[in-house]
Amino acid sequence: MPEHKDNTALYMFVAFVAATLVITYFSAKRSKGSSAYFAAGRRITGWQNGLAVAGDYMSAASFLGIAGMIAFSGYDGFLYSVGFLVAYLTVLFLVAEPLRNAGKYTMADVLAYRLKPRPVRALASLSTLTVSSFYMVAQMVGAGALVSKLLPGFSVPGLTGFSSSVICVGILMIVYVVFGGMLATTWVQITKAILLMSGSVLLSILVMKEFHFSFGEFFHSLTSIHYTGPKGPVTANFLQPGLKYKNPLDVISLGMALLFGTAGLPHILIRFYTVPDAKTARSSVIWAMALIGVFYIMTTFFGFGAASLLGPDYITANGGTNMSAPLLAQKLGTDVFFAFISAVAFATILAVVAGLTISASTSFAHDFYTNVLYYGKEARPGQEVKVARITAFIVGALSISIAIILGPTYNVAYLVGLAFAVAASANLPAIVFSIFWKRFNTAGAMCGLGTGLLSSIVLILISPAGKLAHPLFPLENPGIVSIPLGFLGAVIGTLLSHEPEAESRFAELAVRSNTGLGAEKATEH
Amino acid sequence: MDSPNLEDLTPVVGAQTDVAPLGRDHSKPAHELTAAEEAGRTDWEAIAAMEEFKQLLSTKARFIIPGTIFFVVYYFALPVLVGYFRPLMETKVIGDVNLAYLFALSQFAMAWILAALYVKAAAGWDKKVADLLSKISKR
Repeated sequence: MPEHKDNTALYMFVAFVAATLVITYFSAKRSKGSSAYFAAGRRITGWQNGLAVAGDYMSAASFLGIAGMIAFSGYDGFLYSVGFLVAYLTVLFLVAEPLRNAGKYTMADVLAYRLKPRPVRALASLSTLTVSSFYMVAQMVGAGALVSKLLPGFSVPGLTGFSSSVICVGILMIVYVVFGGMLATTWVQITKAILLMSGSVLLSILVMKEFHFSFGEFFHSLTSIHYTGPKGPVTANFLQPGLKYKNPLDVISLGMALLFGTAGLPHILIRFYTVPDAKTARSSVIWAMALIGVFYIMTTFFGFGAASLLGPDYITANGGTNMSAPLLAQKLGTDVFFAFISAVAFATILAVVAGLTISASTSFAHDFYTNVLYYGKEARPGQEVKVARITAFIVGALSISIAIILGPTYNVAYLVGLAFAVAASANLPAIVFSIFWKRFNTAGAMCGLGTGLLSSIVLILISPAGKLAHPLFPLENPGIVSIPLGFLGAVIGTLLSHEPEAESRFAELAVRSNTGLGAEKATEH
Repeated sequence: MDSPNLEDLTPVVGAQTDVAPLGRDHSKPAHELTAAEEAGRTDWEAIAAMEEFKQLLSTKARFIIPGTIFFVVYYFALPVLVGYFRPLMETKVIGDVNLAYLFALSQFAMAWILAALYVKAAAGWDKKVADLLSKISKR
């Protein structure tokens, strides 16, 4: 990375952290009781939750990862952008409203409604923790790499820059979640979404300024990008498909994981419990889709722009694919703008890890502790929240350690892709069937969650993304095999067993999920 | 699991919770009832059998099922066309912009239009739900 002498980036980081700590301080006073702590008292409005969903979703993999992917693979990278937005139709059409109407705090609430609660919650909680951990470790590794490159002088004595950055991000995340709960997490995500959107708009405008605001000139520059491939210098048209994925099945498999994975991501799903009713859940998806769509269309400008204005060789020499967006900001703007974009990337990571931590700790406390171990009764008032706080602390400490052990070289996009595939294969079949299929039962849910979870993880381990010398599975993403397996497991498990109680309670779930009758409303203040 | 010696991080100890603590004897607010306690209070079967409710479900299905099939097919047309019909997709349409990029861009428009149609349809469902609920509360 070219030298930058001033400390503007550091000041901006500190300003953002200070702002979020103020948010946490005021949230902490209001995070009393389960509903307040886990669901922000269900008083978040539609546009606020829409911004927060967008903030939760556009992770380091989106801002840094996709910009880099487009800068290196052109059109094939842009396919990620498309999948990330269209996936919200699955959320809007099938999941958001029934979930809000029939659930309380976690994804498993909907499953537990008419199935045997203890086994289903235990497995759903395991799946939530798995998805969240993969996602979180990826973000932490990204954060460590980013901060240690952006603030080269930053380190705690006795530790490397990477480890110190991971620890700092981890501690901040624990503070937000342990003290501020869902309310603080929500506002951190809203702040981040606004910062990210404005940073991306500015960056896109600066790119187009280089091309005199002419789309013709911009797209023409993409038809001949020069870079050094594995076999020497290459010139390629970056608007053409096939630069990254030679096998069409790779693209289809990735598409499946993206389209069906979002509706199974626990940290996105629990956001719909923070609003007063299903109608607000709906409007928050609309807000999120507007923001997310605009953002991913802008990846055209700063992704392709990085390819054309910097070139893959320059980016590789100055910090690698994940640094494409910040490097572009440095080239086009002042140092202050570079510092701003870096702070935005940092804020992005912090907000996402906070969202992941609260989804993991809510699931552990509500599903596993209260409902599996204590049969749905709290031993003492406030116990559930207390367990969640302790879990958040443990989850944070664990992911700090894992990220430090894995080190800065680990591939971030690989872990996030895995999280999407696991979510689509394990969680989505169980959620969709329990809402829409009367015959569905506990055995089906267990089989679906189990096969989905197991097959996606095993396939990733034996794929080219795994560490095997000779991959047994040819595709980078397991979605095309593991998602049908998850659905198939759920169907077979259901058909092999009979559970009259589950079927008899379908009427209740149908009425609740379609009308909102009996759903918990916002808390009074 | 229970660790009574740990400092409770809850700012106000003994805060209200919506999960029933053991041994509480007074009646709980409606939203705290567990599913089992609530089972006898509302006749879900009767509501599910109401003509209005059945109508609501079929109206929703008439929109959601074709809508879902449409966006899944439209979305997967992109990787299939890009993967197996590459020469066609590389046809330049406007200046240097090819069919592949325009089709990808059309996915954004498709998602927004479908979302807008959903909101419009859902406004009608909300009315049906409100009618249904007022009818139930009258009984």
